[in-house]
Amino acid sequence: MTTTIVAKNLLVKRANAVLLDDVSMEVNTGEFVAVLGPNGAGKSTLLGAISGDFPLTGGTVSINDSDVSTMNPKTLARLRAVLPQQIAISFPFTVREIVAMGRSPWLDSNDDERVESAMQRLEVASLQKRTYQTLSVGEQARVSMARVLAQDTPLLLLDEPTAVLDIGQQERFLAIARSLVDEGRGVVAVLHDLNVAMRFATRVIVLHEGRCVASGDPQTVLTPALLSNVYHQNIQVTTTTEGRSVILPEHHA
Amino acid sequence: MSNARRTSLPAVAVFLVALLVVTVLLSLASGAFQISLSDLLRIIGDGPQRNLTDEVAHNVFWQVRLPRVVLAVVVGASLAVAGVIMQGIFRNPLAEPATVGVSAGAAVGAVIAIIVGLNQLPLGVQIAAFIGGTLSTALVYVLSRSDGKTEVVTLILTGIAINAFAGAVIGFAVFVADDDELRSVTFWSLGTLGLATWKAVGVVIPLALLGMLVSAKFARVLDTLALGDRPATHLGVRVEPVRLQAIAVVGLLASSAVAATGMIAFVGLLVPHIMRIVLGPRHRHLLWTAALLGATVTLLADLAARTLLSPAELPLGVVTALIGAPFFLLLLRSTRRSQGGWA
Repeated sequence: MTTTIVAKNLLVKRANAVLLDDVSMEVNTGEFVAVLGPNGAGKSTLLGAISGDFPLTGGTVSINDSDVSTMNPKTLARLRAVLPQQIAISFPFTVREIVAMGRSPWLDSNDDERVESAMQRLEVASLQKRTYQTLSVGEQARVSMARVLAQDTPLLLLDEPTAVLDIGQQERFLAIARSLVDEGRGVVAVLHDLNVAMRFATRVIVLHEGRCVASGDPQTVLTPALLSNVYHQNIQVTTTTEGRSVILPEHHA
Repeated sequence: MSNARRTSLPAVAVFLVALLVVTVLLSLASGAFQISLSDLLRIIGDGPQRNLTDEVAHNVFWQVRLPRVVLAVVVGASLAVAGVIMQGIFRNPLAEPATVGVSAGAAVGAVIAIIVGLNQLPLGVQIAAFIGGTLSTALVYVLSRSDGKTEVVTLILTGIAINAFAGAVIGFAVFVADDDELRSVTFWSLGTLGLATWKAVGVVIPLALLGMLVSAKFARVLDTLALGDRPATHLGVRVEPVRLQAIAVVGLLASSAVAATGMIAFVGLLVPHIMRIVLGPRHRHLLWTAALLGATVTLLADLAARTLLSPAELPLGVVTALIGAPFFLLLLRSTRRSQGGWA
């Protein structure tokens, strides 16, 4: 069964600033969609909008044809999970307790098994009795992802999931995200690293000043001309000897 | 690799119940009129009807000591549970009915009622205290939130403002009060269990029970709220309605407690914090264990208030503040460290 999230003509205005201007997108299970663009382009706003975090100035977001803004919160929580950029947890909960919070929309006989397997997958099982506050930033990010995974939803919306990870952690994290997609889930991730998007995403959406300026297969969409224009920086795309595309800023000697 | 230190729940439960039982017996036996343990058991066995062989002990027990102990248990449990919920919904260990001004609001309600003569009406003062407490709860909620968040600074400053206003009203009341009213006003602003009657107990118990039963349904949601409003929403929690309901329960518990005993500060701060250190922050266990410890702490504080300067009696609020205020300062320091400043 496929689950589809459809955003149509999204318009988000705050205090006269237009954060999103007529952005449409569609994500199906089995897809890894990377949302790209410079800082302030509206990436996190787009993720918040499709998560149903705030009322839209215009447009609609729906999952399987039901409008997200009127959907029962628990039903919605069983369809999509959201990983925010960073969260501060106010009391000294243990890692296991936090991952188990991901089960709140379910609370059924699968809880323990799902919590366990989410912790295994993100390699945080050995940390389960420690409190969140005593963890490193990278560990905290993995715990939060484990919580999102325990929510066991067909769609996962991730806001800059790799921002605090080192290159090794980032590789492992994205491999997990990609394996979720291969299992038939849908992932939307806001990413900064263009090379990472090139390698892991099945599709990319490029935002620029609140508008969607490109969308499609990363190999075709991420051209030097588009990137140079969007990032105000000359960017080249080269191919390595193994045939991988690499995106690099042009060097000013 | 430092795992979270948690004490096992059954051990804690047994300890808390035993501690409460011992404290209750001690409180029933001790005071200006001592009752020995054997007398105590005999009097309990006799039942509440008049016993001519030992009239004084019998009356002291049934008419003075027992209602006082029951009231202490109910009020202490209510304040502790109110503290747990308030800290949970504001996501802040410094929130409690007294520091944010809910108790002061209730006291102001009571004091105004005394000055305008509503104390002639049955339960007039209690009802006024209840209204004052509920209004200030609503005020704290509205004033301390912006953009769907509660900033620590705003919360504490709101508490300072409400407490200052309450202080002024009470000061004014002291200024205009006659001797009789003065005694009442002092009672509300300092807190005491000295006026415990079966009638007061009868009013508080249903409200406290109602508040505590309803609070149980928030246990899981309060855990989820620790992640923050947005993540909680993503997990299917209707954050605003839940917060509003929880605030109403806090208003109910704190106001009914203050209506019966006047302002007793810091029980709602100290007790949840201790239980969180011992058991961890999960609200399912925190709520009822805090109720048990809150009852015990209030009883012990009242015992100290009655016996330290016996036969004179210290106001209970003075005792809890003497212990609670330094504790609050310590908590302030450690919270500040863990949050990296107040900005």
